[in-house]
This record gives sequence, C-alpha cells and structure tokens, in this order.
Amino acid sequence: METPTEEEMSHILNMYRTMVRIRIFEEETEVCRRDGRIVGSAHLSIGQEAVPAGVCANLTTRDMITSTHRGHGHTIAKGCDVTAMMCELFAREGGTSQGKGGSMHIADFSVGMLGANGVVAAGVPIAVGAAQGIKLKKETNLVACFFGDGAINRGPFFEGLNWAKIYELPVLFVCEDNSYAAYTRTSSVTAGAGPAARAEGIGVPAFSIDGNDLIAVNRLVIELVKKIRHGEGPQFLHAQTYRIKGHTVSDVASYRSEEEVTAASHRDPIIRCGSYLADSGILQDELDEIWTEEKKRIERAVDAATNAPWPRPEIAFADVQDIGAQQWQS
Amino acid sequence: MAILSFSEASRDALREEMRRDPTIWALGEDLSKGGIFSQYSGLAKEFGPERIVDTPISEATIMGASVGAAIVGTRPVVEMRFSDFALCAVDELVNQAAKARYMFGGQCRVPLVARQPIGIEGCHAAQHSQSLEAWWVHIPGLVVVAPATPADNKGLLKSAIRCDDPVVYLEHKGLWGLEDEVPDEEDWVVPLGTARMAREGTDITIVTWSSMVQVAENAADIVASTGISVEILDLRTLWPWDETKVCESVRKTGHVLIVHEAVQVAGFGAEVFATIVERVGDSLKQPAHRMGGPRIPVPYAPPLEELCTISSTQIAEAIKSLTQPNGSLQK
Repeated sequence: METPTEEEMSHILNMYRTMVRIRIFEEETEVCRRDGRIVGSAHLSIGQEAVPAGVCANLTTRDMITSTHRGHGHTIAKGCDVTAMMCELFAREGGTSQGKGGSMHIADFSVGMLGANGVVAAGVPIAVGAAQGIKLKKETNLVACFFGDGAINRGPFFEGLNWAKIYELPVLFVCEDNSYAAYTRTSSVTAGAGPAARAEGIGVPAFSIDGNDLIAVNRLVIELVKKIRHGEGPQFLHAQTYRIKGHTVSDVASYRSEEEVTAASHRDPIIRCGSYLADSGILQDELDEIWTEEKKRIERAVDAATNAPWPRPEIAFADVQDIGAQQWQS
Repeated sequence: MAILSFSEASRDALREEMRRDPTIWALGEDLSKGGIFSQYSGLAKEFGPERIVDTPISEATIMGASVGAAIVGTRPVVEMRFSDFALCAVDELVNQAAKARYMFGGQCRVPLVARQPIGIEGCHAAQHSQSLEAWWVHIPGLVVVAPATPADNKGLLKSAIRCDDPVVYLEHKGLWGLEDEVPDEEDWVVPLGTARMAREGTDITIVTWSSMVQVAENAADIVASTGISVEILDLRTLWPWDETKVCESVRKTGHVLIVHEAVQVAGFGAEVFATIVERVGDSLKQPAHRMGGPRIPVPYAPPLEELCTISSTQIAEAIKSLTQPNGSLQK
C-alpha cells in the first residue's frame, strides 16, 4: 500500500465522515419511517455509501448532480443540510421542498443537487441537458448523473448516453449497481455483458470497479473527472455495490437469501475504509469521534423535524406556475 | 404591415428572441435543414450548430435534456416535429417539466417551449394528425397556446419564449402556409391568456381556436346573408384562457357554440362549456352547444378523414339552428 500524503488522508477522512453521515441518516430514517414520523416511502442506501461519497468529494460546489429515488446519500454527499432533508422526509416546514416533495423529490440547487427523481432513468436526460446548458453558457463545471442498474433497461438511458457522446458533454455517468431492480435481480432481466458494456457500445468510455472500496472509487473518479474537465467528453463509472436493505423500508426482501446479505455485509464500505485508515495510522479514537459527531448531527435533525410544524395550507398552491395558476379557483 | 406566412412569422419570432437573448436555443430533428415545415429556415446559418441543434430521433431526451438545460438557466425551444411524437416524451413533459418547480419547493423554473405541430392536414392518418390540447391543459404547471394567425404566431411565440413556465405551443399543420398581415413594430408580442375578438357580432358567440377560427369565420360569412350576426372569439391561449371575454360575449349574445377539431369527448370544449354554464348560464337563451371530432382515430382515406373535420357549412347550419327561436341542435 502506498502511503497517502497528509492532504490525501484528510480527503479520505472527509469521505469517511460523509459515509458515516449517510449511514446514520439512513438508519434514523428507517426508525422514523417505521414509527410513522416519516409519512411517505423511503428507499435506503445502506451499504452503498462509498459511491456518492467517492464521487461527490471530487466535485466542486458548482458541479451538479442528478439523483434517483434512492437519493439520500447523493444529496448528503453533495453537501445538503441534513436537517432540511429530514424536515422534508417528515413533510414539515423547513424541508428542502417545503414539505411538498418528500424523499423522492429532494433537491438543493444551492449545492448543485438538481433533484432526486421518482421515475427510474429520468435523471439521465436531465443531466445531459444540464451539461448542454452549461456548455452553451461557456461554463466549465460538470454534471454527475447517478442511476441504478435497473435504469439501464429504460430507453432514456440509451438516448441520454448517445446524446452525451454526440455532443461530447461534460457528464460523469455513475451506475450504482446494487444488483436489484426493485424486487428483481437485475441480471435476470438484463441481456448482454452489463452496464459498462452497454456504455462502451455507445462509445462512452466505461470503467467497472468495486463500489464498496472507497479508496478505489476515489482514485477512479479523480481520473475520470480530470478527463471530463480536459474536454474528453462523457465518462461512465460502473460501481458494483449492494443494497443491504429492501427496496423500501417496508420491503422485507424475502426474495433473497440471508447468506447473500451476510456475505455482502462483510464487504461493508465503511468498515473497509475504517480498516484502511487504521492501517494508515489513524487512531480509533479519531474515527469514534466522527461517529459521535455525526450521530449528534442526525439526532439534532430528527429533533428539529419532529418539532417543526406542518406546512401552511397556502404552500400547496404556491410554485405551480406563474401564468394561470389561480384560474381554476375563479 | 408585412405579409408573412404562419411559418415565416414563427421563424421571425424565434430569430428576434435569439438575437435578444443568447441563452435561447432551439433543438429538434432536422432543424439545420429548416425543420420539416420550414419554420426554422435560415436560423442555423445565423446562429450555428450550438444554438440551432440537430438532434437524434430521441423525443424523450429532446424534452428531458431541455428540462435539464432550462433548470440551469437557459431557455430551450423544443421542436417535437408532430404533436403525436410528443407522446414519446410524456414523462419528460408531464412528470419532469411541469412538476420540477413545485416538487422542489420553488427552487427552480423550467422556462422551455415545447412546439408541437397538431391537426388534420393532407392524409397524415392516425399517428400524425392528433390535436391533444386537452391532455396538456389537464396538467398543473403547463401553459398551453394554440395560435390561429401569422400575427399571433409571432407575438405568442415570443411571449412563450419569455415565459418562465413550460409552455406547450400547438401549431396547426394546416396553417403553415396561411399568409396574413403581421405588425412591423420592433417588438410585437401578444400576452398569454388573452382571447382575440376575431369578429364582432350580436346574435351568437363562437368560441374556438387554432385552425377552426378561419373555418368559423367562413361560416359567419355564410350566415351573414341570412341576417345572423356572429361574434367569434379566438382563445389563442388554452391555459390560462380568457373566461372574462368569453362570458362577456355570451352575456351579450345569449347563444354560444364551441368548436374544436380535437375529439369532442373530454375535449377542452367541455371545460369551456361547463364554465359558461356555471358563470353565465342564466343569460343563455338556448342551451350551449359544442362541435368536435368523432371519437375515432383519424383515418387515411380522404372521404373518411373528412368525417373527422368540421366544415364551415356544418358550423353555418349549427348557427342557424341555434339562433332560431326555441332552436337547439338535434344530435
């Protein structure tokens, strides 16, 4: 193992902290969904934290991302405030969408998070369009587009990759492959050699990687982002990870074996990164401190959301459209 | 005033707007070749391939990419080629464009114009002839525009481009070649949501839009010889629509006929009809009436296709029946 520089170590520790924040946020989300404080469905990303952490740590605030129905991790990694996120899940005032969107419609434009999406693969065309808009405005930032393995069977995936390539747009496609398309093992409904092969077929350079190895994800993302910033066009990252929980909180996932889940737990990205840090001389106390701080942060978010008021009724009628929003009431 | 075709008027509108604002761009299939109805003629030469963008035949991504480009601060003008093909982009238009601002609590706007050529014209059959304005009016978040004259196609397209909401812009294929006067003034814009009094009259109000305006005018000419004075309101914008002007006119004439080419069942005419009954029903001397297309796919053969269109003769007959004492139309 090469010894990381001090700067690299601080970068890795930041990503470790992001993973911890996501993990605790998701665990608390599960609790609050089960006790009913979170009113709508929530898709957890426990076990997948290394992908958003490794990608977003190498983006600037001006870079943008599009996300999915399983988007809490992406949103946290891009820098969104967890209290505003938790208020949104609780459907309360102070939520990122003022309580009108919920888990699947979280967004924070102030940090370049252009929105989760309730429709699989729908973020792909939006991401390439955002990149095209950036190019038209002669700006230099890029767009990272997160989607799952299930998305590669939808038309907009093919259309969007082709689009990004023909216009050579600054897009990093990130296929977060957790092996399941809702309740179905993706490989059982997917022809061919997988996500990277599909991207290569369209001419987008593609790289497959162990998505639970934060150090490897980080290293590859640094390289791909550099290529995109140098004008080499879209790049495709296929990160193999695993969804430890069910499709939603209420899904017990009886369609897979306990052995499979146990085996995946042994590849937990946070434990692996912790071992790497310990081997690199970081003291356990320092890691424990990160857990303590992040636990407190999420607890504060849950408290704030629990105590926040419901949105005022008039909020329901705001932000529909500028022209003609009120006509139906006349 | 200059004489321009409906197509040329829209091209001039886009050109003027693109000169004014460098964030405005257009994308769709074959645009650098002028578009299939020549409505983009000459624009590629002036603005280049970055702003008049030839796209693959990928309707979902033409619309979806426009949403992405709009939320980061550009103003895309989306060409769908035929309204029927916009159905390949319904998720992007209905779930994404129309709802992004709302779902994200007002963090963004989606200022795009989705141009969709509509209507029956020259044996295009079932997948190239539809008028689906009622679909889009039904979706919260969308503005819906359907111009009937070259002057309005210029003035309304400019307003649509300047609007911060997603606008569905419906141009009837039968109108592309229609020539008429277009004001020369430097910045001719027509505000969204206002109806145009196409003809003033006293005996009956016809509420209509798009290509049916001209057909209704011909019908008004036919009945004028029998002494019936017809008022025609061209709605121009279907959401929002000019209830005030419509209700004022119905109060004056006491008779109303609503005419559209789209399938009559659950067509936008039903909404206009219900609103008139709710708001000014007591001033109706006879029951209101509507005329729309039959609920069949548009067939190919000319004598069959004709069964889906409404002629000025049919409208004239309806006007005569409705304005007779105790007159109402028998089905």
